[in-house]
Amino acid sequence: MSSGRPRRLLHPPYDLAVIGAGPAGLAGVVAAADRGLRCVLLDAGARAGGQYYRHPAPELGAARPDRLHHHWSVFTGLAERLAEHVAAGRIVHLVHHHVWTAEAGAEWRLHAATGADSSGSAVIGARAVLLATGAYERQLPFPGWTLPGVVTAGGAQAMLKAGLVLPGRRVVVAGSGPLLLAAAVSLAAAGAEVPAVLEAGDYLGYARRPGVLGAVPGKLVEGAVHGAALARHGVRLHRSSAVVEAHGTDRVTGVTVARLDARWRPVPGTERRIACDALAVGHGLVPQIELATELGAATRTVPDGTVALRVDRRQRTSLPGLWAAGETCGVGGAELAIAEGELAARAIAGAAPSRSLLSRRRRLREFAELMAAAHRPGLDWSAWLRPETEVCRCEEVPVAAVREALDELGASDARTVKLLTRAGMGWCQGRMCGPAVAELCGGGQQRGADSRPLSCPVLLGELAEPLDG
Amino acid sequence: MRRTPAALVEADPGPAHTIEFDGRPVPALAGQSIAAALWAHGILAWRTTRVGGRPRGAFCGIGACFDCLATVNGRPNQRTCLLPAEPGDLVTTQEGHGHADLAV
Ligand SMILES: Cc1cc2nc3c(=O)[nH]c(=O)nc-3n(C[C@H](O)[C@H](O)[C@H](O)COP(=O)(O)OP(=O)(O)OC[C@H]3O[C@@H](n4cnc5c(N)ncnc54)[C@H](O)[C@@H]3O)c2cc1C
Ligand code: FES
Repeated sequence: MSSGRPRRLLHPPYDLAVIGAGPAGLAGVVAAADRGLRCVLLDAGARAGGQYYRHPAPELGAARPDRLHHHWSVFTGLAERLAEHVAAGRIVHLVHHHVWTAEAGAEWRLHAATGADSSGSAVIGARAVLLATGAYERQLPFPGWTLPGVVTAGGAQAMLKAGLVLPGRRVVVAGSGPLLLAAAVSLAAAGAEVPAVLEAGDYLGYARRPGVLGAVPGKLVEGAVHGAALARHGVRLHRSSAVVEAHGTDRVTGVTVARLDARWRPVPGTERRIACDALAVGHGLVPQIELATELGAATRTVPDGTVALRVDRRQRTSLPGLWAAGETCGVGGAELAIAEGELAARAIAGAAPSRSLLSRRRRLREFAELMAAAHRPGLDWSAWLRPETEVCRCEEVPVAAVREALDELGASDARTVKLLTRAGMGWCQGRMCGPAVAELCGGGQQRGADSRPLSCPVLLGELAEPLDG
Repeated sequence: MRRTPAALVEADPGPAHTIEFDGRPVPALAGQSIAAALWAHGILAWRTTRVGGRPRGAFCGIGACFDCLATVNGRPNQRTCLLPAEPGDLVTTQEGHGHADLAV
């Protein structure tokens, strides 16, 4: 914990600051240091790795962390290169540094909350910034989704990978997107019983573009490996199906699942109940880009309805000095994140992009867009809501209030709904309810990115301090 | 042998230390977050909501949702999914906005 709060730059300006130590940021920072740039790597978490390479704390003494990962050696390779650069003084690696705002300029200033409890502060200067802050999960509400034991699919995965714990013994996995398969396989391998995996989308969507699929054989192999692992653990994957209600009073004791039609409306008469003591649920990922959008960076809408940063062939955003890689440019997985991190680093160092990297990125990006389209929420997903279902978990705002704002109070966009109902004004600043509220406001046509002036809560004193220089 | 996360990764964490949750001792392994220690002990809820008084615990597991807030060593609103469990930590269920003691 810091007592005196320094507002001056703690470090001389770096050539490059990389925000996020996931696959994209790691690949970017080591490639930039390889080319002689003086770099600083900042991450909110305790260890490098990001979401994909999240792993147990060293104190847990895991001899085989690779058992919870694909391509673990890619991570250990990046981690070794990072350690070498850190030892040589080319990279300063700052853990527990959550950047809450960025000031643009010829010299950028990044303001970070520091420490495991975010009680300290630091200001870091850099001539270029690579934003590699990844994504968080998209949630679509359903009755009972606030019960303890209902957790996000990625959260179950993260808690398992980092803390070696399970939310329950019998865990249903539901929602949409490939993360469900990864989570179900890990949960089952770690000893949970997984009675069912329910995918609301229909994998047939992928078949529409055989050329795109054929160009990424690795993705097909990955899918097959997951499929085989699920079969080995006796886990059944149900397509076009969803959890439409979670039951329990103080914690989840079971779920009702139903088949969905093409617009994700539950088909009457297909409901059945599955007993479980936990539910891991998620509907894809949302790029975490507020540091850039607050400064006015250009965005694009991804086929799954989320908003990502718009970048050029060299991973440059529309803001001079700001680059982006990985999920901030649209969700696409670790391999794509690594390719983009490396492309960005080369460009920042003034080197030409390699042909093979460019082509790998193109193939993986096309696959990502296909995947996003296949898992986009169906138009009528909200048919499983009830008036009293909470949309905003923090402010406890029910569906009825959101509908009232839309139908009776004249709101036509998520921002007005937020002002009228307080949905999205709580602790998480709309990270959990924002996508659902936007969908309820009419999905497709609306909006740019969520606006969120600060990327994490900061102490009021911090904001009151004048910035020097 | 029952499959467990620790067995899967061949973990050798050493002896557990103890934290206290609402007056009860809860074992925690070095390196685990407070939320992970509570999950490992079958505890899924450690907060009640401001409006409905409903129980909540960890949801997103990565610091994004703020559902896992608890009072830790007297400080309210701590994200337990991020905070490492330290020996002797006193964790109490957080009610409402966590400042009940300030209510007039
Ligand atoms: C909870 C979760 C679990 C996932 N699990 C899997 C999985 O098991 N398998 C799979 O294939 N894919 C998984 N994914 C998808 C995963 O995001 C990508 O495949 C991959 O990790 C993307 O790499 P990235 O570098 O773009 O971002 P990430 O890996 O997400 O890395 C982003 C990093 O930025 C840091 N960060 C974010 N904001 C800030 C800030 N303001 N200041 C400082 N640091 C910040 C984060 O702490 C994180 O370390 C998961 C995603 C989520 C959200
Ligand atoms: S579980 Fe979401 S912030 Fe801790």
